[in-house]
Amino acid sequence: MNSTEDATRLESAPPPSGDVALDVRDLRMRYGTKDVLTGVSFTAHRGEVLALLGPNGAGKTTTIEILEGFRMRSAGEVSVLGEDPAHGNEAWRARLGVVLQSWRDHGRWRVRELLGYLARFYVPFATADVSRPWDVDELIKVVGLTEQANSKVQTLSGGQRRRLDVAIGIVGRPELVFLDEPTAGFDPHARREFHDLVHRLADFENTTVLLTTHDLDEAEKLADRILVLDEGTIVANGSAEQLARELTTQAEVRWTSDGRRHVHAVVEQDPTSFVRELLEGDPGATELEVKRASLEDTYMTLVHRAETDQTTTDRAERLDRTGQTEEVQS
Amino acid sequence: MTTTTTTRSDARWVAVRAGLSRGWLETKYSIQEPADLIWTLAFPVIYLVVLLFMQGSTVPGTDFALGASVLPGLVGMSIGFGGLTGPASTIAVDREDGTLLRAKATPNGMIGYLVGKILMFALTTLVSLVALIIPAFSVAGDLRLDARTWVLLILVFLVGMVATVPISVALGSLIKRASQTGLLFLGSMLLIVPSGIFYPITALPEWLQWVGQAFPYYWLGLGARSAMLPESMATAEIGESWRTLEMFAVLGVWAVVGMVLAPIVLRRMARRESGSTVAAARERYMTQGY
Repeated sequence: MNSTEDATRLESAPPPSGDVALDVRDLRMRYGTKDVLTGVSFTAHRGEVLALLGPNGAGKTTTIEILEGFRMRSAGEVSVLGEDPAHGNEAWRARLGVVLQSWRDHGRWRVRELLGYLARFYVPFATADVSRPWDVDELIKVVGLTEQANSKVQTLSGGQRRRLDVAIGIVGRPELVFLDEPTAGFDPHARREFHDLVHRLADFENTTVLLTTHDLDEAEKLADRILVLDEGTIVANGSAEQLARELTTQAEVRWTSDGRRHVHAVVEQDPTSFVRELLEGDPGATELEVKRASLEDTYMTLVHRAETDQTTTDRAERLDRTGQTEEVQS
Repeated sequence: MTTTTTTRSDARWVAVRAGLSRGWLETKYSIQEPADLIWTLAFPVIYLVVLLFMQGSTVPGTDFALGASVLPGLVGMSIGFGGLTGPASTIAVDREDGTLLRAKATPNGMIGYLVGKILMFALTTLVSLVALIIPAFSVAGDLRLDARTWVLLILVFLVGMVATVPISVALGSLIKRASQTGLLFLGSMLLIVPSGIFYPITALPEWLQWVGQAFPYYWLGLGARSAMLPESMATAEIGESWRTLEMFAVLGVWAVVGMVLAPIVLRRMARRESGSTVAAARERYMTQGY
């Protein structure tokens, strides 16, 4: 399990199938006449932490539920740990961890009893490489619930419950863990503890993690790679720095000419050529300013558009405007 | 090939045993929970009150204590009511709160869940039956209590559970919302009317007698009467007989129907369960309160 070696090999050549935990190709999902996923493709290699980032309604939950085997897809090829989740058997299920958002299930159970009960199901699925399940007391310690081990689940605080959810998700020592909006409703402290836990999983256990979030900050903190999902398709895929370059194609160029202030939004990747032409064509231009939108700005635009649910005409209008130069009051 | 099949059945066996411990734990929790205990002890308490009122009265035309004649009906009803309404309402609730989804996310978790539920309902119904029998000692003199009674009672209990729990699981899987379980209780109560438990079935119009005989309640009551009442009381029954064979046959048919239907309906329902269906239910509770 040498992850650095894996990573370098992966970049140069297509990875051997044994190193790929997730392989999704042209995944499509349609409910009635509504297309929720319009062609999602990505891979994850073992030990990688992937964040599926996107505004509400982008299709994150649908994607993760298809991969978990809880939802049938309309089209596309999906391989999760080498198997199609639509036909995954119990042995396949034993290699997966699904962190569910608990609500009030098993409220009467005590923490240790519930984990001990669920752990039993994984015993027959231990292999020479992976000893299953976790030792329950050790796991309780890892998620920081030792003091609550004999408490009833319904007496736990929100943060403690989520840590129990994680413990339940990983009690079978999964090779791949799914987390859907794991920190929704967390206070900053609980969120931070949760982030530490995910890091520990990926670092010590070489577990592949796929999580969904609508919070860019969380994706940046947790993930090796971020996939931005928008309107049912992946619009960007890379590390946070790569995303900043890929996604933020817009830049604003401002300058003063003849005592008037001008602003021009550049749509194409690189504002340099616009600036060169500008300076060559207008020797009187001064106070030149080139400002590229930050990753956060770009993501916020995306979220805002999804929330206001703009029609295609609105979007076309916006695109029209970006090519024009406007005069602004200084 | 052989090894995979062996490990697969090993894994299922592990799940069955985990399910047994689940059933035991949940029974323990249920007995410790006052709200549940009220349900479990409802029939025994009602019976105690009925016995007080019936003190000294006899079945008209006989010197048989009225209180004693009611007991077998209540035993049958406890079995039927526990088996028919209990699993259905818990499944509807477990579906909404995510318990079923956790079972689904665990390898062979559904086996463990079902085994656990069946054991829990069998045990809590048994607790309720035992509690029912305690006040019955005051009328024990009129009852027929010998080895045959206990063998027959245990058989009626076991066959009754097998006949009602799977049907109930299927019904529970068909219910869309936990708040609809009230309908089940209502339906169950309606079925008790033509069951011959509180009112002799032979006194009902013939068509209603057939309705009553189509459902498990009548046969569970009859089975319990045949176990606990003296032979002479059989004259009050349809055909003036305990019809033991017919009783096991009808309950057996219900068991087969239930065992065929339950896995199909349960699987269909479980396939649709996902994090977002549970989240939607939670959302509804938060906004509408039911």
